Amino acid sequence: MSADLAILLPEIFLAVYAMVALLAAVWTGKDAVAPLLSWVTAAVFLAVAIWIALADGTTHVAFNGMFVDDSFARFAKVTILLSGALVLVLSEGFFTRRNALHFEYPILISLAVVGMMVMVSAGDLIALYMGLELQSLSLYVVAAIRRDHVKSTEAGLKYFTLGALSSGLLLYGASLTYGYAGSTEFKAIFAAATDGHVGIGLLLGLTFLIAGLAFKVSAVPFHMWTPDVYEGSPTPVTAFFATAPKMAAMAMFARIMHDAFGDAVADWQQIVAFLAVLSMYLGSIAAIGQRDIKRLMAYSSIAHMGFALVGLAAGTEQGVQAMLIYMAIYVTMNIGTFAFILSMERNGQHVTRIDGLNMLSSKEPLKALAMLVLLFSLAGVPPLVGFFGKFAVLTAALDAGLGWLAVAGAVASVIGAYYYLRLVYFMYFGSPEAETVDGSMSPVQWTVLMGSAALMVLGVINLFGVDGMAATAAASLVVN
Amino acid sequence: MVELEHFLGVAAALFVVGIFGIFLNRKNVIIILMSIELVLLSVNINLVAFSSYLGDLTGQVFTLFVMTVAAAEAAIGLAILVCFFRNRGTIAVEDVSNMKG
Repeated sequence: MSADLAILLPEIFLAVYAMVALLAAVWTGKDAVAPLLSWVTAAVFLAVAIWIALADGTTHVAFNGMFVDDSFARFAKVTILLSGALVLVLSEGFFTRRNALHFEYPILISLAVVGMMVMVSAGDLIALYMGLELQSLSLYVVAAIRRDHVKSTEAGLKYFTLGALSSGLLLYGASLTYGYAGSTEFKAIFAAATDGHVGIGLLLGLTFLIAGLAFKVSAVPFHMWTPDVYEGSPTPVTAFFATAPKMAAMAMFARIMHDAFGDAVADWQQIVAFLAVLSMYLGSIAAIGQRDIKRLMAYSSIAHMGFALVGLAAGTEQGVQAMLIYMAIYVTMNIGTFAFILSMERNGQHVTRIDGLNMLSSKEPLKALAMLVLLFSLAGVPPLVGFFGKFAVLTAALDAGLGWLAVAGAVASVIGAYYYLRLVYFMYFGSPEAETVDGSMSPVQWTVLMGSAALMVLGVINLFGVDGMAATAAASLVVN
Repeated sequence: MVELEHFLGVAAALFVVGIFGIFLNRKNVIIILMSIELVLLSVNINLVAFSSYLGDLTGQVFTLFVMTVAAAEAAIGLAILVCFFRNRGTIAVEDVSNMKG
């Protein structure tokens, strides 16, 4: 028992921290201590990330297989914690300037992060569901955190309705899987779902599970909540939605597919490939008409999830590795981009229309250059790091015999390049008479933007070893 | 004699009613909350039926967890709905439409 608890120690620590922080904040200054609490929470995330990263490379299983702590889970957890910490320090500045920082915000983010850590480590449908709900329930509240704004509460309401529906679909799939596999444990499901012998009941369960998961990663045709929630939520919350939960949901997707249905790849490969193609194309095409940068980033994230799903659709160890590399790069690029979006202001008002970027290059050449690097990287233009992510997933699909999927992905990335390049066009060649954003940034935003852009350039040398870590992670997940 | 299939049939019917309740209802957000509860209840029926059929307690334990989470979910949903009502003055589904595109 105590050995089991020792494996869960990082999660338990973070959960206890969240509760202690809540009590401490209520007893002391409430919203007055919120900035301090945000920084402390970010520091705690960083510490837990280092703690997890320094663990030995072996796989530990706790509570009779309910909770699995392997390299795969650790890779996802470190990404989640680091992006959560960065988004928290970015949020602190943004909300404090607007006098809207509530002390609940960092606490809800910590609880969401605990949920994500349980999600990616789950070895059983019950543990998976509990982690997922802890994450989702915290995020519904975070979306509506500006409770006096119509848009924020509407985003919360929409996110809640569709999120609860997706949990329902996932649960229905889980109940059928339990019934026809005879157990909720992934190991037992793996033994029951052997290649070519998946019964109709189990197949139905698998399909519902995938539909629920597709909602969580916002893959088409289950994406309709994404643009509205991204636009309506306060911008720091949007930045959080676009990073950590996406990584967690994608890792959870890979865990269910490989740990529970890893011997029946042929049964889910077509469904995942179908979701991937639809997401890549709809994300790339629908983003073209957007005038609001947050909505544009929503469609961009849908397209990026499509690419990550291409890696998963390969159904191989190489595919999982490519997916992890892709997600790590995606999260890094998005944090930098959102650091810039958070700084978009005119006369003290936050603006999110993309024509606010007009002729930014003549006013702030360095920031415009950093944004250019990030946008090119998001579009997957070589030689920037974003290209290597796309290259990895498309190669994995090709090597798995899904040539058509790789070709479809390459075409979609060309279409997607159009709207990123349009933003670059606005920054460098836009009409000079249009009103531009002020262009001033806080030191934190500046550091994150420049750091992220620098990583996109310097990472081309060796990707900072992320590919090696992703390979170890993928090897621990996929059974050969 | 009531067999496993009958329970699964009832659960599937409840599930479909719940899903359609979310999508076809144009009147009131409260009805969406009720539909979500229906979906979760159909899952509970499934789990308990399978649990009894398999002679395995896991399904009933799962049901308890689902019920707990459903209560928390309803509380949070209603809280967000109250905030929305304060800002907007209505909870008709057609009026949840400040953002489109």
